[in-house]
Amino acid sequence: MTLETQHIEPHLISILESVSDPEIPVLSIMDMGVVREAIEVDGVIQVKITPTYSGCPAMDVIGDDIVSAFAKANKKAKITLVLSPAWTTDWITDRGRKALEEYGIAAPLSPEADKEALLGNKKIVKCTNCGSTETHLVSQFGSTACKALFKCDTCQEPFDYFKCLK
Amino acid sequence: MKNQHLYNYILGIADNSLILGQRLGELCGHGPSLETDIAGTNISLDLFGQVRSYFQYAAQLSDDNSATEDTIAFLRLERQYKNVLLVEQPNTDFGYVIVRQFLFDAYHLLFLRELENSKDETLAAIAKKSVKEVSYHWRFSSDWIRRLGDGTQESHERVQEAITDLWMYTDELFHQTEADQAMIAEGIGVNTSKLKDIYYKMVSEVLEEATLEVPENKYFHKGGKQGIHSEHMGYILSDMQYMQRTYPNMEW
Repeated sequence: MTLETQHIEPHLISILESVSDPEIPVLSIMDMGVVREAIEVDGVIQVKITPTYSGCPAMDVIGDDIVSAFAKANKKAKITLVLSPAWTTDWITDRGRKALEEYGIAAPLSPEADKEALLGNKKIVKCTNCGSTETHLVSQFGSTACKALFKCDTCQEPFDYFKCLK
Repeated sequence: MKNQHLYNYILGIADNSLILGQRLGELCGHGPSLETDIAGTNISLDLFGQVRSYFQYAAQLSDDNSATEDTIAFLRLERQYKNVLLVEQPNTDFGYVIVRQFLFDAYHLLFLRELENSKDETLAAIAKKSVKEVSYHWRFSSDWIRRLGDGTQESHERVQEAITDLWMYTDELFHQTEADQAMIAEGIGVNTSKLKDIYYKMVSEVLEEATLEVPENKYFHKGGKQGIHSEHMGYILSDMQYMQRTYPNMEW
């Protein structure tokens, strides 16, 4: 799915991968899937990024960080925010999902499973601390727009779950 | 302005989210529990994010070269805001907050699902983005309606009172302004009259499940869409516009 709508020139990838999500520092913006296009036109890098959530305050920072990452490589970058096609959690890469889990945020499930989890019908969200699925939803809204708050009934630790957006 | 109807149409959509977002923002740090506090501000943030997209688009259409998303948000007078009366109703108690949200979310969700098919590409893109967020809002508010309605006697009574009070603001959601009609004719706007029956069905089903009574009043308030607001609106704006009015053009 990512490939159809993403167009990034190979020589720009490593610089883009050096920029991380300011709210989830372990995750690069590439693994997050927010960079939709990066092409070099007449010496200027044209970068299109898409927000995870409309109100995500990280987008302005991400834009600035991309510009300064390219500036370090003596390149000029221009950022454009695009809304369509809308970002989906499917665009988070496997490496990104792994990084999320290690950071203590449970990675998004499939839409059906997500609904079951958020409605409290099924215990399927795995605790990022001890791995137990004996967890329950505390709140559908967590510390940032993209997360829900869970608590583990086995180890009693609270943790974030990255909500499925599709 | 070349496309005054489109401009007004965008403001009509966005002002609902702006004023409801501001109302929810008032609860920041004052929610009844940490989780509901965070939920309210998260929903507020989603709404403001959507508003920014709409206002950025409206600013491009405006003849006024100095128009930006901020001037549209902060520098209009009360009569120029086109939001429905429902969203400006106060945070009387948690029951009112949830009912207001619930009554708006149902409409918002149905509306955005249709706006996704708009002939206007920008509006369609904003709708496709927003609809995902609003699905979560609807899930949250309808879940709380069930919990409060089918909860304790106290929660049942209080949420029923809020339903009865706020019900009279629901009909206005479906009123069509001149801009609405012009945009519907062009295939850009959503024909809200087609959504009305589905809306009341959707809302009533949850209320019944929550053991709450569906009000039967025949009297409904209106006026917000024409800029005739309730007495609460001035207070909202004085809070919201304070910084821009006191320190014009200030920036963060």
